[in-house]
Amino acid sequence: MKAFETYLLDRAKTEGNHQLATYRKLGGYKSLEKVLETGITPQQVVEETKKSGLRGRGGAGFSTGMKWSFMPDATKDPRPRYLAINADESEPGTCKDRVLMEKDPHGLIEGSLLSAYAIRAKAVYIYVRGEYRLSYDRVASAVREARAAGLVGKNIAGSDFSCEIFMHKGAGAYICGEETGLMESLEGKRGHPRQKPPFPAQSGLWQSPTTVNNVETVFNAPFIMERGAAWFAGIGTPNSKGNFLVGISGHVNKPGVYELPFGVTAHEILEEKAGGMWKGRKLKAWFPGGSSCALLRGSDVDVVLDHDSLKARGSSLGTAAMVMMDDHTSIARVMEVIARFYEHESCGQCSQCREGTQWLSQIFRRIAHGRGQPDDIATLESLALGMAPGKTICALSDAAAIPTLSAVKLFKDELIECIRQQRDPLASPAPKYASVGAH
Amino acid sequence: MALPQTLVDEFDALVKNYPERRAALIMALHRCQETLGGWISPQTMEDLGAYFGLEPVEVFGVASFYPMFNLRPTGQHVVAVCHNISCDLRGAQDVIAQVCETTGAPLGGTSKDGRWSVRSVECQGACANAPMFDLDGVYHEDLTAEKVGRILGAVR
Repeated sequence: MKAFETYLLDRAKTEGNHQLATYRKLGGYKSLEKVLETGITPQQVVEETKKSGLRGRGGAGFSTGMKWSFMPDATKDPRPRYLAINADESEPGTCKDRVLMEKDPHGLIEGSLLSAYAIRAKAVYIYVRGEYRLSYDRVASAVREARAAGLVGKNIAGSDFSCEIFMHKGAGAYICGEETGLMESLEGKRGHPRQKPPFPAQSGLWQSPTTVNNVETVFNAPFIMERGAAWFAGIGTPNSKGNFLVGISGHVNKPGVYELPFGVTAHEILEEKAGGMWKGRKLKAWFPGGSSCALLRGSDVDVVLDHDSLKARGSSLGTAAMVMMDDHTSIARVMEVIARFYEHESCGQCSQCREGTQWLSQIFRRIAHGRGQPDDIATLESLALGMAPGKTICALSDAAAIPTLSAVKLFKDELIECIRQQRDPLASPAPKYASVGAH
Repeated sequence: MALPQTLVDEFDALVKNYPERRAALIMALHRCQETLGGWISPQTMEDLGAYFGLEPVEVFGVASFYPMFNLRPTGQHVVAVCHNISCDLRGAQDVIAQVCETTGAPLGGTSKDGRWSVRSVECQGACANAPMFDLDGVYHEDLTAEKVGRILGAVR
Protein backbone atom coordinates (compact mmCIF):
# COMPACT_ATOMS: atom_id res chain seq x y z
CA MET A 1 0.00 0.00 0.00
CA LYS A 2 1.33 3.44 -0.91
CA ALA A 3 1.82 5.98 1.86
CA PHE A 4 -1.17 8.30 2.27
CA GLU A 5 -2.30 11.24 4.34
CA THR A 6 -4.95 10.73 7.01
CA TYR A 7 -7.43 13.27 8.34
CA LEU A 8 -10.63 11.55 9.47
CA LEU A 9 -9.25 9.81 12.54
CA ASP A 10 -6.32 12.11 13.37
CA ARG A 11 -8.02 14.04 16.17
CA ALA A 12 -9.69 10.90 17.49
CA LYS A 13 -6.27 9.63 18.50
CA THR A 14 -5.78 12.47 20.99
CA GLU A 15 -7.02 11.73 24.48
CA GLY A 16 -9.71 14.19 25.58
CA ASN A 17 -10.58 15.30 22.04
CA HIS A 18 -14.27 14.82 22.86
CA GLN A 19 -13.99 18.03 24.87
CA LEU A 20 -14.09 21.44 23.27
CA ALA A 21 -10.76 22.76 24.58
CA THR A 22 -8.76 19.90 23.06
CA TYR A 23 -10.77 19.93 19.84
CA ARG A 24 -10.05 23.65 19.52
CA LYS A 25 -6.36 23.11 20.20
CA LEU A 26 -6.28 20.62 17.34
CA GLY A 27 -7.69 23.20 14.94
CA GLY A 28 -11.37 22.42 15.44
CA TYR A 29 -14.12 24.88 14.36
CA LYS A 30 -11.61 26.78 12.19
CA SER A 31 -13.29 25.60 9.02
CA LEU A 32 -16.74 26.70 10.20
CA GLU A 33 -15.40 30.06 11.34
CA LYS A 34 -13.59 30.55 8.05
CA VAL A 35 -16.79 29.98 6.09
CA LEU A 36 -18.83 32.27 8.32
CA GLU A 37 -16.20 35.03 8.57
CA THR A 38 -15.14 35.23 4.94
CA GLY A 39 -18.67 35.45 3.61
CA ILE A 40 -18.63 32.19 1.67
CA THR A 41 -22.28 31.69 0.68
CA PRO A 42 -24.31 28.53 1.23
CA GLN A 43 -24.46 28.14 -2.54
CA GLN A 44 -20.65 28.19 -2.66
CA VAL A 45 -20.47 25.46 -0.01
CA VAL A 46 -22.82 23.32 -2.12
CA GLU A 47 -20.76 23.95 -5.26
CA GLU A 48 -17.47 23.24 -3.53
CA THR A 49 -18.86 19.99 -2.15
CA LYS A 50 -20.16 18.99 -5.57
CA LYS A 51 -16.74 19.67 -7.07
CA SER A 52 -15.03 17.65 -4.34
CA GLY A 53 -16.81 14.50 -5.49
CA LEU A 54 -17.88 13.59 -1.93
CA ARG A 55 -20.38 10.74 -1.93
CA GLY A 56 -22.54 9.69 1.01
CA ARG A 57 -20.89 7.28 3.42
CA GLY A 58 -24.10 5.73 4.76
CA GLY A 59 -24.49 3.08 2.10
CA ALA A 60 -26.12 4.54 -0.99
CA GLY A 61 -23.10 6.57 -2.12
CA PHE A 62 -25.08 9.46 -3.57
CA SER A 63 -23.30 12.76 -4.36
CA THR A 64 -23.60 14.90 -1.23
CA GLY A 65 -23.43 18.26 -3.02
CA MET A 66 -26.09 17.07 -5.44
CA LYS A 67 -28.35 15.96 -2.59
CA TRP A 68 -28.00 19.38 -0.95
CA SER A 69 -28.86 21.10 -4.22
CA PHE A 70 -32.25 19.32 -4.27
CA MET A 71 -33.43 21.52 -1.40
CA PRO A 72 -35.92 24.08 -2.71
CA ASP A 73 -34.98 27.74 -3.15
CA ALA A 74 -35.28 29.29 0.32
CA THR A 75 -36.36 32.65 -1.10
CA LYS A 76 -39.45 31.05 -2.68
CA ASP A 77 -40.22 28.41 -0.08
CA PRO A 78 -40.96 29.82 3.37
CA ARG A 79 -41.22 26.46 5.15
CA PRO A 80 -38.68 25.62 7.87
CA ARG A 81 -35.78 23.52 6.62
CA TYR A 82 -34.22 20.61 8.46
CA LEU A 83 -31.04 18.60 8.47
CA ALA A 84 -31.27 15.15 10.01
CA ILE A 85 -28.03 13.37 10.80
CA ASN A 86 -28.37 9.65 10.37
CA ALA A 87 -26.43 8.20 13.30
CA ASP A 88 -28.62 5.09 13.40
CA GLU A 89 -25.66 2.95 12.40
CA SER A 90 -26.98 -0.61 12.29
CA GLU A 91 -25.95 -2.27 9.04
CA PRO A 92 -24.43 -5.59 10.14
CA GLY A 93 -20.65 -5.26 10.23
CA THR A 94 -20.70 -1.46 10.49
CA CYS A 95 -19.16 0.29 13.47
CA LYS A 96 -17.42 3.35 12.04
CA ASP A 97 -19.72 6.27 12.92
CA ARG A 98 -19.55 5.15 16.52
CA VAL A 99 -15.79 5.83 16.54
CA LEU A 100 -16.34 9.35 15.22
CA MET A 101 -19.11 10.12 17.73
CA GLU A 102 -17.25 8.74 20.73
CA LYS A 103 -13.86 10.18 19.91
CA ASP A 104 -14.58 13.28 17.85
CA PRO A 105 -18.12 14.50 18.57
CA HIS A 106 -17.25 18.13 17.89
CA GLY A 107 -16.11 17.08 14.42
CA LEU A 108 -19.62 15.81 13.81
CA ILE A 109 -21.09 19.06 15.16
CA GLU A 110 -18.85 21.21 12.98
CA GLY A 111 -19.71 19.08 9.96
CA SER A 112 -23.42 19.23 10.76
CA LEU A 113 -23.34 23.00 11.09
CA LEU A 114 -21.55 23.46 7.76
CA SER A 115 -24.04 21.13 6.10
CA ALA A 116 -26.96 22.97 7.70
CA TYR A 117 -25.45 26.23 6.48
CA ALA A 118 -25.20 24.83 2.95
CA ILE A 119 -28.89 23.90 2.84
CA ARG A 120 -29.96 26.93 4.91
CA ALA A 121 -31.40 24.81 7.70
CA LYS A 122 -32.00 26.37 11.09
CA ALA A 123 -32.35 23.10 12.93
CA VAL A 124 -30.38 19.87 12.97
CA TYR A 125 -31.62 16.62 14.53
CA ILE A 126 -28.95 14.07 15.33
CA TYR A 127 -30.66 10.67 15.36
CA VAL A 128 -28.42 8.29 17.32
CA ARG A 129 -29.35 4.63 17.63
CA GLY A 130 -30.60 3.93 21.14
CA GLU A 131 -27.97 1.31 21.94
CA TYR A 132 -25.12 3.79 21.35
CA ARG A 133 -25.32 5.33 24.80
CA LEU A 134 -21.73 6.54 24.92
CA SER A 135 -22.00 8.06 21.43
CA TYR A 136 -25.19 9.82 22.41
CA ASP A 137 -23.77 11.15 25.67
CA ARG A 138 -20.56 12.34 24.03
CA VAL A 139 -22.35 14.17 21.21
CA ALA A 140 -25.00 15.61 23.56
CA SER A 141 -22.33 16.90 25.89
CA ALA A 142 -20.36 18.36 22.97
CA VAL A 143 -23.51 20.16 21.78
CA ARG A 144 -23.91 21.71 25.24
CA GLU A 145 -20.27 22.82 25.25
CA ALA A 146 -20.54 24.24 21.75
CA ARG A 147 -23.75 26.09 22.63
CA ALA A 148 -22.11 27.64 25.69
CA ALA A 149 -19.22 28.76 23.46
CA GLY A 150 -21.57 30.43 20.97
CA LEU A 151 -21.00 27.80 18.30
CA VAL A 152 -24.54 26.41 18.35
CA GLY A 153 -27.70 28.52 18.53
CA LYS A 154 -28.15 32.17 17.65
CA ASN A 155 -25.54 34.08 15.62
CA ILE A 156 -22.94 31.35 15.50
CA ALA A 157 -19.39 32.68 16.02
CA GLY A 158 -20.79 36.19 15.81
CA SER A 159 -22.16 35.73 12.28
CA ASP A 160 -25.77 36.07 11.15
CA PHE A 161 -26.05 32.29 10.81
CA SER A 162 -28.23 30.72 13.51
CA CYS A 163 -28.78 27.01 13.89
CA GLU A 164 -29.96 24.75 16.70
CA ILE A 165 -28.85 21.16 17.19
CA PHE A 166 -31.21 18.70 18.89
CA MET A 167 -30.35 15.21 20.05
CA HIS A 168 -32.71 12.32 19.37
CA LYS A 169 -32.58 8.64 20.23
CA GLY A 170 -33.75 5.63 18.29
CA ALA A 171 -34.81 2.43 20.00
CA GLY A 172 -33.33 -0.52 18.19
CA ALA A 173 -35.08 -0.66 14.82
CA TYR A 174 -32.75 -1.14 11.82
CA ILE A 175 -35.32 0.30 9.43
CA CYS A 176 -34.97 3.72 11.06
CA GLY A 177 -31.61 3.97 9.30
CA GLU A 178 -33.61 4.25 6.07
CA GLU A 179 -34.05 7.98 5.60
CA THR A 180 -37.83 8.09 5.47
CA GLY A 181 -38.15 5.53 8.27
CA LEU A 182 -35.84 7.78 10.26
CA MET A 183 -38.11 10.76 9.64
CA GLU A 184 -41.20 8.85 10.79
CA SER A 185 -39.34 7.79 13.89
CA LEU A 186 -38.20 11.35 14.55
CA GLU A 187 -41.83 12.40 14.40
CA GLY A 188 -42.61 9.94 17.20
CA LYS A 189 -44.14 7.17 15.11
CA ARG A 190 -43.43 3.60 14.09
CA GLY A 191 -40.48 3.66 11.69
CA HIS A 192 -42.42 2.84 8.53
CA PRO A 193 -40.62 4.11 5.43
CA ARG A 194 -42.57 6.54 3.26
CA GLN A 195 -43.42 6.18 -0.37
CA LYS A 196 -41.19 8.37 -2.59
CA PRO A 197 -41.87 10.80 -4.19
CA PRO A 198 -42.17 13.18 -2.51
CA PHE A 199 -38.48 13.07 -1.68
CA PRO A 200 -37.31 14.44 1.67
CA ALA A 201 -35.99 17.63 0.07
CA GLN A 202 -39.52 18.40 -1.16
CA SER A 203 -41.42 17.13 1.85
CA GLY A 204 -39.58 15.53 4.73
CA LEU A 205 -39.79 16.12 8.46
CA TRP A 206 -43.15 17.70 9.32
CA GLN A 207 -43.83 18.16 5.58
CA SER A 208 -40.86 20.49 5.30
CA PRO A 209 -37.73 20.38 3.13
CA THR A 210 -35.28 17.96 4.77
CA THR A 211 -31.88 16.53 4.01
CA VAL A 212 -30.72 13.34 5.69
CA ASN A 213 -26.93 12.83 5.81
CA ASN A 214 -24.79 10.13 7.37
CA VAL A 215 -22.33 10.98 10.20
CA GLU A 216 -19.14 10.27 8.25
CA THR A 217 -20.47 12.17 5.25
CA VAL A 218 -20.91 15.50 7.03
CA PHE A 219 -17.74 14.83 9.00
CA ASN A 220 -15.89 15.39 5.71
CA ALA A 221 -17.41 18.83 5.10
CA PRO A 222 -15.08 20.90 7.33
CA PHE A 223 -12.03 19.32 5.71
CA ILE A 224 -13.34 20.07 2.24
CA MET A 225 -14.13 23.69 3.13
CA GLU A 226 -10.79 24.17 4.82
CA ARG A 227 -8.55 22.54 2.25
CA GLY A 228 -10.61 22.89 -0.89
CA ALA A 229 -12.47 20.67 -3.33
CA ALA A 230 -9.35 20.17 -5.47
CA TRP A 231 -7.44 18.67 -2.54
CA PHE A 232 -10.30 16.26 -1.79
CA ALA A 233 -10.87 15.36 -5.42
CA GLY A 234 -7.16 14.64 -5.72
CA ILE A 235 -7.54 11.65 -3.39
CA GLY A 236 -9.06 8.43 -4.65
CA THR A 237 -10.30 6.95 -7.91
CA PRO A 238 -12.36 8.59 -10.69
CA ASN A 239 -15.77 8.20 -9.01
CA SER A 240 -14.83 7.65 -5.37
CA LYS A 241 -13.07 10.57 -3.70
CA GLY A 242 -11.38 11.22 -0.39
CA ASN A 243 -10.54 8.98 2.51
CA PHE A 244 -13.14 6.71 4.04
CA LEU A 245 -13.57 4.52 7.08
CA VAL A 246 -13.44 0.77 6.65
CA GLY A 247 -14.69 -1.51 9.38
CA ILE A 248 -13.21 -4.95 9.03
CA SER A 249 -14.60 -7.78 11.15
CA GLY A 250 -14.97 -11.55 11.22
CA HIS A 251 -12.12 -14.03 10.91
CA VAL A 252 -9.18 -11.63 10.79
CA ASN A 253 -6.30 -11.13 13.18
CA LYS A 254 -6.87 -7.43 13.81
CA PRO A 255 -10.47 -6.42 13.31
CA GLY A 256 -10.90 -2.67 13.50
CA VAL A 257 -11.98 0.62 11.97
CA TYR A 258 -9.32 1.98 9.63
CA GLU A 259 -9.00 5.14 7.56
CA LEU A 260 -7.98 4.61 3.95
CA PRO A 261 -7.98 6.51 0.69
CA PHE A 262 -10.12 5.14 -2.14
CA GLY A 263 -7.90 3.16 -4.47
CA VAL A 264 -6.52 0.52 -2.11
CA THR A 265 -7.49 -3.09 -2.66
CA ALA A 266 -9.42 -5.24 -0.20
CA HIS A 267 -6.36 -7.49 -0.08
CA GLU A 268 -4.15 -4.61 1.06
CA ILE A 269 -6.64 -3.75 3.79
CA LEU A 270 -6.91 -7.37 4.89
CA GLU A 271 -3.16 -7.96 4.98
CA GLU A 272 -1.69 -4.60 5.95
CA LYS A 273 -4.37 -3.30 8.31
CA ALA A 274 -6.23 -6.35 9.60
CA GLY A 275 -3.16 -8.58 9.88
CA GLY A 276 -4.49 -11.23 7.51
CA MET A 277 -6.90 -14.10 8.13
CA TRP A 278 -6.81 -15.71 11.57
CA LYS A 279 -5.39 -19.13 12.38
CA GLY A 280 -3.49 -19.13 9.09
CA ARG A 281 -6.71 -19.96 7.26
CA LYS A 282 -7.86 -18.92 3.80
CA LEU A 283 -10.52 -16.36 2.94
CA LYS A 284 -13.61 -18.16 1.63
CA ALA A 285 -16.19 -15.40 1.25
CA TRP A 286 -16.74 -11.80 2.33
CA PHE A 287 -19.16 -8.93 2.36
CA PRO A 288 -17.45 -5.73 1.14
CA GLY A 289 -19.96 -3.30 2.63
CA GLY A 290 -22.28 -4.83 5.18
CA SER A 291 -24.72 -7.71 4.84
CA SER A 292 -26.98 -5.89 2.38
CA CYS A 293 -24.54 -6.20 -0.50
CA ALA A 294 -23.70 -9.26 -2.54
CA LEU A 295 -21.30 -11.81 -1.08
CA LEU A 296 -18.01 -12.11 -2.89
CA ARG A 297 -15.67 -15.06 -3.24
CA GLY A 298 -12.33 -15.08 -1.47
CA SER A 299 -10.62 -14.73 -4.85
CA ASP A 300 -12.33 -11.36 -5.32
CA VAL A 301 -10.18 -9.86 -2.57
CA ASP A 302 -7.90 -8.33 -5.22
CA VAL A 303 -10.66 -5.80 -6.00
CA VAL A 304 -10.16 -2.09 -5.35
CA LEU A 305 -12.54 -1.09 -2.59
CA ASP A 306 -14.49 1.66 -4.34
CA HIS A 307 -17.93 2.18 -5.88
CA ASP A 308 -17.11 1.30 -9.50
CA SER A 309 -14.77 -1.63 -8.88
CA LEU A 310 -17.18 -3.40 -6.55
CA LYS A 311 -20.07 -2.79 -8.91
CA ALA A 312 -18.03 -4.42 -11.67
CA ARG A 313 -17.71 -7.51 -9.46
CA GLY A 314 -21.45 -7.62 -8.87
CA SER A 315 -21.45 -6.18 -5.38
CA SER A 316 -21.32 -2.71 -3.85
CA LEU A 317 -19.38 -0.56 -1.40
CA GLY A 318 -22.32 -0.14 0.99
CA THR A 319 -20.99 1.09 4.32
CA ALA A 320 -17.46 -0.25 3.60
CA ALA A 321 -17.96 -2.82 6.35
CA MET A 322 -15.86 -5.80 5.31
CA VAL A 323 -17.03 -9.03 6.94
CA MET A 324 -14.43 -11.74 6.34
CA MET A 325 -15.12 -15.48 6.56
CA ASP A 326 -12.55 -18.25 6.60
CA ASP A 327 -12.65 -21.58 4.80
CA HIS A 328 -14.24 -23.34 7.79
CA THR A 329 -17.33 -21.13 7.52
CA SER A 330 -20.70 -22.59 6.58
CA ILE A 331 -22.51 -20.43 4.04
CA ALA A 332 -25.81 -21.99 5.11
CA ARG A 333 -25.16 -20.76 8.66
CA VAL A 334 -24.07 -17.31 7.46
CA MET A 335 -27.25 -16.96 5.45
CA GLU A 336 -29.37 -18.28 8.31
CA VAL A 337 -28.02 -15.45 10.47
CA ILE A 338 -28.38 -12.81 7.75
CA ALA A 339 -31.89 -13.88 6.73
CA ARG A 340 -33.03 -13.98 10.36
CA PHE A 341 -31.86 -10.38 10.66
CA TYR A 342 -33.95 -9.12 7.73
CA GLU A 343 -36.94 -11.12 8.92
CA HIS A 344 -36.66 -9.44 12.31
CA GLU A 345 -36.15 -5.95 10.86
CA SER A 346 -38.77 -5.89 8.11
CA CYS A 347 -41.30 -3.24 9.11
CA GLY A 348 -44.12 -5.28 7.61
CA GLN A 349 -45.68 -2.70 5.30
CA CYS A 350 -44.98 -4.43 1.99
CA SER A 351 -46.07 -8.01 1.52
CA GLN A 352 -43.07 -8.97 -0.64
CA CYS A 353 -40.74 -8.01 2.20
CA ARG A 354 -42.86 -9.09 5.17
CA GLU A 355 -43.52 -12.54 3.72
CA GLY A 356 -40.35 -12.85 1.68
CA THR A 357 -37.92 -12.20 4.51
CA GLN A 358 -39.80 -14.70 6.65
CA TRP A 359 -39.57 -17.40 4.00
CA LEU A 360 -35.89 -16.73 3.27
CA SER A 361 -35.19 -17.05 6.96
CA GLN A 362 -37.16 -20.28 7.34
CA ILE A 363 -35.55 -21.89 4.32
CA PHE A 364 -31.97 -20.97 5.18
CA ARG A 365 -32.62 -22.14 8.74
CA ARG A 366 -33.83 -25.54 7.62
CA ILE A 367 -30.97 -25.95 5.15
CA ALA A 368 -28.46 -25.09 7.89
CA HIS A 369 -30.10 -27.51 10.31
CA GLY A 370 -30.23 -30.52 7.99
CA ARG A 371 -33.86 -30.23 7.02
CA GLY A 372 -33.48 -28.68 3.56
CA GLN A 373 -35.88 -29.74 0.84
CA PRO A 374 -34.96 -30.57 -2.77
CA ASP A 375 -36.63 -27.47 -4.21
CA ASP A 376 -35.21 -25.05 -1.67
CA ILE A 377 -32.54 -23.49 -3.89
CA ALA A 378 -35.06 -22.79 -6.64
CA THR A 379 -37.52 -21.44 -4.08
CA LEU A 380 -34.91 -19.10 -2.61
CA GLU A 381 -34.13 -17.74 -6.05
CA SER A 382 -37.72 -17.24 -7.03
CA LEU A 383 -38.54 -15.59 -3.69
CA ALA A 384 -35.58 -13.21 -3.97
CA LEU A 385 -36.53 -12.27 -7.51
CA GLY A 386 -40.04 -11.52 -6.29
CA MET A 387 -38.68 -9.20 -3.61
CA ALA A 388 -36.34 -7.07 -5.73
CA PRO A 389 -35.32 -4.89 -7.40
CA GLY A 390 -37.44 -1.89 -6.60
CA LYS A 391 -40.65 -3.77 -5.82
CA THR A 392 -41.26 -2.28 -2.39
CA ILE A 393 -41.48 1.07 -0.60
CA CYS A 394 -37.89 0.93 0.65
CA ALA A 395 -34.74 -1.07 -0.06
CA LEU A 396 -34.88 -3.48 2.90
CA SER A 397 -36.47 -6.10 0.69
CA ASP A 398 -33.65 -5.66 -1.83
CA ALA A 399 -31.15 -5.83 1.00
CA ALA A 400 -32.44 -9.30 1.91
CA ALA A 401 -32.69 -10.48 -1.70
CA ILE A 402 -29.22 -9.40 -2.83
CA PRO A 403 -27.10 -11.51 -0.44
CA THR A 404 -29.51 -14.40 -0.98
CA LEU A 405 -29.04 -14.34 -4.74
CA SER A 406 -25.27 -14.07 -4.42
CA ALA A 407 -25.08 -16.95 -1.93
CA VAL A 408 -27.22 -19.14 -4.14
CA LYS A 409 -25.13 -18.25 -7.17
CA LEU A 410 -21.64 -18.52 -5.67
CA PHE A 411 -22.17 -21.35 -3.20
CA LYS A 412 -24.92 -23.40 -4.81
CA ASP A 413 -22.98 -26.67 -4.59
CA GLU A 414 -22.36 -26.22 -0.89
CA LEU A 415 -26.03 -25.51 -0.19
CA ILE A 416 -27.13 -28.45 -2.34
CA GLU A 417 -24.74 -30.69 -0.41
CA CYS A 418 -26.36 -29.59 2.89
CA ILE A 419 -29.75 -30.53 1.49
CA ARG A 420 -28.56 -33.83 0.02
CA GLN A 421 -26.80 -34.97 3.17
CA GLN A 422 -29.56 -33.60 5.44
CA ARG A 423 -26.84 -32.04 7.56
CA ASP A 424 -24.43 -29.14 7.21
CA PRO A 425 -20.95 -30.63 6.81
CA LEU A 426 -19.41 -27.33 7.92
CA ALA A 427 -21.65 -26.75 10.94
CA SER A 428 -19.95 -25.95 14.23
CA PRO A 429 -20.96 -28.22 17.12
CA ALA A 430 -24.60 -27.49 17.87
CA PRO A 431 -25.03 -24.58 20.25
CA LYS A 432 -26.76 -25.35 23.48
CA TYR A 433 -29.55 -22.89 23.07
CA ALA A 434 -31.54 -22.00 19.99
CA SER A 435 -31.24 -18.32 19.19
CA VAL A 436 -34.46 -16.34 19.25
CA GLY A 437 -35.28 -12.64 19.42
CA ALA A 438 -36.29 -10.67 22.48
CA HIS A 439 -40.01 -10.73 21.86
CA MET B 1 -51.65 7.25 38.60
CA ALA B 2 -49.82 9.90 36.69
CA LEU B 3 -46.26 10.47 35.58
CA PRO B 4 -43.91 11.68 38.30
CA GLN B 5 -43.53 15.45 38.26
CA THR B 6 -39.79 15.19 37.53
CA LEU B 7 -40.54 13.39 34.29
CA VAL B 8 -43.30 15.83 33.39
CA ASP B 9 -40.85 18.70 33.85
CA GLU B 10 -38.31 16.91 31.69
CA PHE B 11 -40.86 16.23 28.96
CA ASP B 12 -42.10 19.83 29.07
CA ALA B 13 -38.56 20.88 28.13
CA LEU B 14 -38.15 18.08 25.60
CA VAL B 15 -41.27 18.81 23.54
CA LYS B 16 -39.92 22.30 22.86
CA ASN B 17 -37.22 20.70 20.68
CA TYR B 18 -39.79 19.75 18.07
CA PRO B 19 -42.52 21.53 16.09
CA GLU B 20 -44.94 18.79 17.17
CA ARG B 21 -45.17 17.41 20.69
CA ARG B 22 -45.53 13.76 19.80
CA ALA B 23 -42.04 13.76 18.25
CA ALA B 24 -40.72 13.51 21.81
CA LEU B 25 -42.59 10.24 22.40
CA ILE B 26 -39.67 7.86 21.77
CA MET B 27 -37.33 9.91 23.96
CA ALA B 28 -40.05 9.91 26.62
CA LEU B 29 -40.50 6.14 26.36
CA HIS B 30 -36.77 5.74 26.98
CA ARG B 31 -36.94 7.92 30.08
CA CYS B 32 -39.96 6.05 31.40
CA GLN B 33 -38.27 2.70 30.92
CA GLU B 34 -35.12 3.99 32.63
CA THR B 35 -36.90 5.41 35.64
CA LEU B 36 -40.13 3.42 36.03
CA GLY B 37 -39.05 -0.15 36.63
CA GLY B 38 -37.27 -1.08 33.42
CA TRP B 39 -40.32 -1.63 31.25
CA ILE B 40 -43.24 0.13 29.60
CA SER B 41 -46.28 -0.92 31.61
CA PRO B 42 -49.88 -0.48 30.45
CA GLN B 43 -50.11 2.25 33.09
CA THR B 44 -47.13 4.06 31.54
CA MET B 45 -48.82 3.84 28.14
CA GLU B 46 -51.93 5.44 29.59
CA ASP B 47 -49.94 8.14 31.31
CA LEU B 48 -47.86 8.92 28.23
CA GLY B 49 -51.03 8.90 26.13
CA ALA B 50 -52.55 11.45 28.46
CA TYR B 51 -49.42 13.57 28.35
CA PHE B 52 -49.08 13.56 24.57
CA GLY B 53 -52.80 13.65 23.75
CA LEU B 54 -52.68 10.17 22.21
CA GLU B 55 -54.74 7.05 22.79
CA PRO B 56 -52.86 4.52 24.95
CA VAL B 57 -53.03 2.13 22.02
CA GLU B 58 -51.11 4.59 19.85
CA VAL B 59 -48.38 4.65 22.48
CA PHE B 60 -48.47 0.85 22.46
CA GLY B 61 -48.21 0.91 18.66
CA VAL B 62 -45.02 2.93 18.83
CA ALA B 63 -43.49 1.15 21.82
CA SER B 64 -44.11 -2.28 20.31
CA PHE B 65 -42.32 -1.35 17.08
CA TYR B 66 -38.98 -0.78 18.78
CA PRO B 67 -37.05 -3.75 20.16
CA MET B 68 -35.42 -1.72 22.93
CA PHE B 69 -38.70 -1.18 24.72
CA ASN B 70 -39.66 -3.95 27.13
CA LEU B 71 -43.37 -4.59 27.18
CA ARG B 72 -43.02 -7.04 30.04
CA PRO B 73 -41.05 -6.72 33.26
CA THR B 74 -37.47 -7.92 33.00
CA GLY B 75 -35.03 -9.32 35.51
CA GLN B 76 -32.99 -7.00 37.66
CA HIS B 77 -30.17 -7.19 35.10
CA VAL B 78 -30.54 -7.52 31.35
CA VAL B 79 -27.89 -9.13 29.16
CA ALA B 80 -28.36 -8.60 25.42
CA VAL B 81 -25.94 -10.71 23.40
CA CYS B 82 -25.39 -9.76 19.76
CA HIS B 83 -26.12 -12.72 17.47
CA ASN B 84 -25.53 -11.05 14.12
CA ILE B 85 -22.90 -12.03 11.59
CA SER B 86 -19.65 -10.50 12.87
CA CYS B 87 -20.34 -11.79 16.38
CA ASP B 88 -21.61 -15.17 15.16
CA LEU B 89 -18.35 -15.67 13.25
CA ARG B 90 -16.43 -15.13 16.48
CA GLY B 91 -18.36 -17.30 18.89
CA ALA B 92 -21.60 -15.50 19.81
CA GLN B 93 -23.34 -18.85 20.22
CA ASP B 94 -20.84 -19.86 22.87
CA VAL B 95 -21.33 -16.54 24.64
CA ILE B 96 -25.09 -17.04 24.64
CA ALA B 97 -24.74 -20.55 26.02
CA GLN B 98 -22.36 -19.41 28.74
CA VAL B 99 -24.48 -16.42 29.76
CA CYS B 100 -27.60 -18.57 30.01
CA GLU B 101 -25.80 -21.21 32.01
CA THR B 102 -24.18 -18.73 34.40
CA THR B 103 -27.32 -16.70 35.03
CA GLY B 104 -29.85 -19.52 34.96
CA ALA B 105 -32.01 -17.50 32.59
CA PRO B 106 -33.38 -19.12 29.43
CA LEU B 107 -32.66 -17.27 26.19
CA GLY B 108 -35.46 -14.75 25.71
CA GLY B 109 -36.54 -15.11 29.34
CA THR B 110 -35.81 -14.39 32.98
CA SER B 111 -34.16 -16.49 35.68
CA LYS B 112 -36.41 -17.97 38.36
CA ASP B 113 -34.94 -15.74 41.04
CA GLY B 114 -35.79 -12.70 38.91
CA ARG B 115 -32.21 -11.47 38.81
CA TRP B 116 -31.39 -11.94 35.14
CA SER B 117 -32.96 -11.60 31.74
CA VAL B 118 -31.03 -12.82 28.73
CA ARG B 119 -31.82 -12.12 25.11
CA SER B 120 -30.02 -12.21 21.81
CA VAL B 121 -30.19 -9.12 19.64
CA GLU B 122 -29.31 -7.91 16.17
CA CYS B 123 -26.11 -6.02 15.27
CA GLN B 124 -25.08 -3.58 18.00
CA GLY B 125 -22.31 -1.90 15.99
CA ALA B 126 -19.45 -3.50 17.89
CA CYS B 127 -18.43 -5.68 14.95
CA ALA B 128 -14.70 -4.94 15.15
CA ASN B 129 -14.74 -6.02 18.80
CA ALA B 130 -16.88 -9.13 18.48
CA PRO B 131 -18.30 -10.99 20.26
CA MET B 132 -20.09 -8.61 22.59
CA PHE B 133 -23.00 -8.15 24.92
CA ASP B 134 -24.73 -5.19 26.44
CA LEU B 135 -25.20 -5.53 30.21
CA ASP B 136 -27.66 -3.01 31.64
CA GLY B 137 -26.82 -0.49 28.93
CA VAL B 138 -23.04 -0.89 28.92
CA TYR B 139 -21.16 -2.60 26.09
CA HIS B 140 -18.69 -5.37 26.89
CA GLU B 141 -16.60 -6.31 23.89
CA ASP B 142 -13.89 -8.74 22.76
CA LEU B 143 -15.53 -11.35 24.99
CA THR B 144 -13.87 -14.61 25.95
CA ALA B 145 -15.21 -17.32 28.25
CA GLU B 146 -12.94 -16.03 31.00
CA LYS B 147 -14.05 -12.42 30.49
CA VAL B 148 -17.76 -13.32 30.45
CA GLY B 149 -17.33 -15.16 33.74
CA ARG B 150 -15.53 -12.24 35.31
CA ILE B 151 -18.06 -9.62 34.14
CA LEU B 152 -21.12 -11.57 35.25
CA GLY B 153 -19.42 -12.55 38.50
CA ALA B 154 -18.81 -8.91 39.37
CA VAL B 155 -22.50 -8.01 39.15
CA ARG B 156 -24.11 -7.68 42.54
